[in-house]
Amino acid sequence: MTAVERRTPEIDQEEVRRARRLQLERIGRWVLPVAIMALAIWLWDCICVWNEIPQYILPRPGVVVRTLYSDAGLLFGSLLVTLKITLLGLLLAVIGGVGLSVLFAQSKWVEMSFFPFAVVLQVTPIVAIFPLINIYVDNQMARLLLCAWIVAFFPILSNTTLGLNSVDRNLRDLFRLNGATRWQELWHLRLPAAMPYFLGGLKIAGGLSLIGAVVAEFVAGASGQSSGLASRIIEAGYRLNAPRLFAALILISLTGIVIFLLLSLLSHLLLRRWHESALEREG
Amino acid sequence: MRSDKAARRESAGSGAALLALRSVGKSFPNGVTALRGIDLSIGEGDFVSLLGPSGCGKSTALRIIAGLTMPTTGMIDWQNGAGRQPSIGFVFQEPTLLPWASVFDNVWLPLRLKGVSRSEAAPAVAGMLERVNLAGFEKSVPRELSGGMKMRVSIARALITRPRLLLMDEPFAALDEITRFQLNDDLLELWREERFTVVFVTHSVFESVFLSSRIVVMAARPGRVFEEVAVDAGYPRDEAFRTSPDYAALCQRASDALGAAMGNKAGDRGAG
Repeated sequence: MTAVERRTPEIDQEEVRRARRLQLERIGRWVLPVAIMALAIWLWDCICVWNEIPQYILPRPGVVVRTLYSDAGLLFGSLLVTLKITLLGLLLAVIGGVGLSVLFAQSKWVEMSFFPFAVVLQVTPIVAIFPLINIYVDNQMARLLLCAWIVAFFPILSNTTLGLNSVDRNLRDLFRLNGATRWQELWHLRLPAAMPYFLGGLKIAGGLSLIGAVVAEFVAGASGQSSGLASRIIEAGYRLNAPRLFAALILISLTGIVIFLLLSLLSHLLLRRWHESALEREG
Repeated sequence: MRSDKAARRESAGSGAALLALRSVGKSFPNGVTALRGIDLSIGEGDFVSLLGPSGCGKSTALRIIAGLTMPTTGMIDWQNGAGRQPSIGFVFQEPTLLPWASVFDNVWLPLRLKGVSRSEAAPAVAGMLERVNLAGFEKSVPRELSGGMKMRVSIARALITRPRLLLMDEPFAALDEITRFQLNDDLLELWREERFTVVFVTHSVFESVFLSSRIVVMAARPGRVFEEVAVDAGYPRDEAFRTSPDYAALCQRASDALGAAMGNKAGDRGAG
């Protein structure tokens, strides 16, 4: 009996189950969120119909999509403005965050002296600082950029600083033994070692930069010069144009998702060959 | 007798002194005395093992020789003519490779830091990879390699600058026995061909006997030189040597010395 069982080892039931489970997981990862989302939208539609909710309070999803199409010129123009501020803010955050962290990495004393300032800048709500910015900065674009930058640069600074300081001690000794200059150590050792940390910070900063751009425009919106998505939302709110409000909201949310996905892809491409976080699990 | 000794010198090195540690001591601020009164001279072409229990300061001694740590007392006397440190290769306990860089780039690194371009370095790097049996793996990154292969890359990197002194800090301690034997063989072959000097830190009696021409047995608290054991078996040493009675007897001697250094009674301990 046992001999017969031993002679047919080709199909291992446990492995088969495991493989089936993995395949289900792979499909489920995509299908489930989409299905739940579709269900939620359908429910939203049903609630509107069942309760006869007027359009200016809660529009039906179909109406929102139609508005997205009919107001496309207005909305996508605004999206472009918001996107420009978001990306420029993120770019400045990268330059500022990485630049400052490299400066901090040069000396513990510099880091100890100036890091608290960065923390203060981070923990003070941007909405509270904005009136000051409004007084000191004339250019509307510069105001919004400054806001997006303040919100977005801290995760990059904090993560990159951590990365620059967590270099393997033996590798640093190796560089010393080979007479590496400070610059060589930074370029060939510390910056590449900080890359995974920096990319983690960048992923957070991408979302924050969008938030910064939108919030700044909300606060600045009173001056009426801006025409990003935030001012479209305020405008639509005043006019009880709920479909456009929802359409703008969806655009912002999609923008955030796209930014996150792009930065995740960038991170994956840069780290896939060597860093644990980006490796495919084997077996 | 004289000629026998001369032959041994021939196989072990030229015999000219390379460096001497003169009553070197090292204390740390927390009150620990890692080393006290180390006197040790190392000849050109020697293969010296520092053997001792953990905490006897053998790694600290190696770091002092490398110039990574300054001694608290005493000095290092470089006797290679220049009066200062010659080029040094260092192999750490872990492979300590750049995880994002390819095998080629990792081996190129010391040359790169000296301003040698990729194309200038390419023949030397290719030759060195050939020597450590890693030809064909230039483009792999460290995580794609086994532990033994990573250590080979580390050795290739240490030797790419053709150093006169190779310092190794328990390089094979984390490897399995089969891999370790192979790397021991390959290391000896490289050493015999290139004629550099090796200071090899280990806590394995067998490894120290197999590799070295001299074993410096160290004792702990404070770290000091306890005894020197000359390994007067000639090179080349191979699989036959590893199973010979000579080897066993030498291991017994080294093991006794280590046991005595650890304060045990001779005879009632294993070989470590």
